[in-house]
Amino acid sequence: MLDHTAAQAFVTIKNAAKSYGTLEVLKNINLSVERGQIVAIIGPSGSGKSTLLRAINELDPLTSGEVWLEGVQINRKLPPRQYEAHVNQVRQDIGMVFQHFNLFPHLTVRGNITLAPRMLKGLSEAQANALAVEQLAKVGLSDKIDEYPSRLSGGQKQRVAIARALAMKPKVMLFDEATSALDPELVEEVNLVMKQLAEEHMTMIIVTHEMDFAASVCDRVLFMDQGVVVEEGPPSVMFQNPTQERTRNFLRKHLSR
Amino acid sequence: MDIDLILRVYPFFLQAAWLTIELSVLTAILGLTCGALGAAARMSRLAILRWIAAAYVSVFRGTPALIQIFILYFGGPQIGIQLDSFAAGTIALGVNIGAYMTETIRGAIVSVDRGQTEAARTLGLSRWEAMRKVILPQAARMMIRPLGVNINALIKGTALVAPISVIELTYTAQRFIGSTYKPFEMFLVAGLLYMVIIYVVGQGIAWLDRRARIQ
Repeated sequence: MLDHTAAQAFVTIKNAAKSYGTLEVLKNINLSVERGQIVAIIGPSGSGKSTLLRAINELDPLTSGEVWLEGVQINRKLPPRQYEAHVNQVRQDIGMVFQHFNLFPHLTVRGNITLAPRMLKGLSEAQANALAVEQLAKVGLSDKIDEYPSRLSGGQKQRVAIARALAMKPKVMLFDEATSALDPELVEEVNLVMKQLAEEHMTMIIVTHEMDFAASVCDRVLFMDQGVVVEEGPPSVMFQNPTQERTRNFLRKHLSR
Repeated sequence: MDIDLILRVYPFFLQAAWLTIELSVLTAILGLTCGALGAAARMSRLAILRWIAAAYVSVFRGTPALIQIFILYFGGPQIGIQLDSFAAGTIALGVNIGAYMTETIRGAIVSVDRGQTEAARTLGLSRWEAMRKVILPQAARMMIRPLGVNINALIKGTALVAPISVIELTYTAQRFIGSTYKPFEMFLVAGLLYMVIIYVVGQGIAWLDRRARIQ
């Protein structure tokens, strides 16, 4: 369904709200992300930033509001069967990387990367293989193609998870605290892969606790607290000159100097 | 202890052990089928199926297997179900162990980390595709041992069909006690044969479990 009037930006979130019973976790959030833009969402835990990210691909559907990707409404209200088919389709365009990697432990690295392209895009074994080789080269893990995830380090697992998401050729990538579960010395290798994606103009929405990374890579930073976007702007303004007291308080605690 | 007597009667016990094995195999097949269907129903999106499965589990785990066997074999004819003792015993035991296996299979499936489903669904896999390619292969490995426990219980449970005259190990022991008045020897022979069967099956399950764990 194309809508040329309502959704101009590449990714648009309009009047997003979500509540569990009486608990409001997202309150009237609006966000537009242009193609190729990289947006970081920061904020204390429980601020709703992961929930917002997970609403984009319907993992945690909104209570009200709209999510659009390239003129297609992700969270259309449809009868159950049609909704399922629609969501399965649009999710193919939205890559997601999780804090705990969520690699499939019963499959090799190759199997992890080729599973969805083979099932959903009808790739032949040879085509899927070539895709796995290509994506692994990108994240620098060509030699691990036949390993099982249990034999990889955390950083390597996360890079494979990124390769798995990229193999679906997504239009946008969502990162949900992709480096939070990693040992400090493994964070950099994952950040490098994300920086490389940024240079290739992948559209990315990144929930992160790493202010330095957000400052160096992102075009825009959103600060969320208690379910609302308190303040947003380019990293230069957000990190050096935030206007809101809540933002300043948060950054005082989290900026490493 | 009367060794001579044991040597004289043990061919009959071997024959009876064979029947116990047949009974166990058929019961296991029926139980696994009921367990798989029960687990699927238990996790269905249709409330009515979930309710039926929950009722099945609580009825068959909440009453003695012996009563279930008696109801089917003795009570069945009253409501038009005529089964010979072997068939009645197999069906009652199979449906009974299926209730336990329903919970075993469901438990293994829900113990697979939620993140696995999320990762699969995020890639665009449907609920069923994610179940088949990501969840079930992992759950299958985790259910081998607990299903082994269920199978161990069902083999010993086959003794419960002795009262409806299926000529398996326990019935055979009782029959020979009637003519020899040597319960110690007769039950000892029957018990040893159960042990052999259970040991062999246990080794088989341990082997399957090891094989599934490699990689």
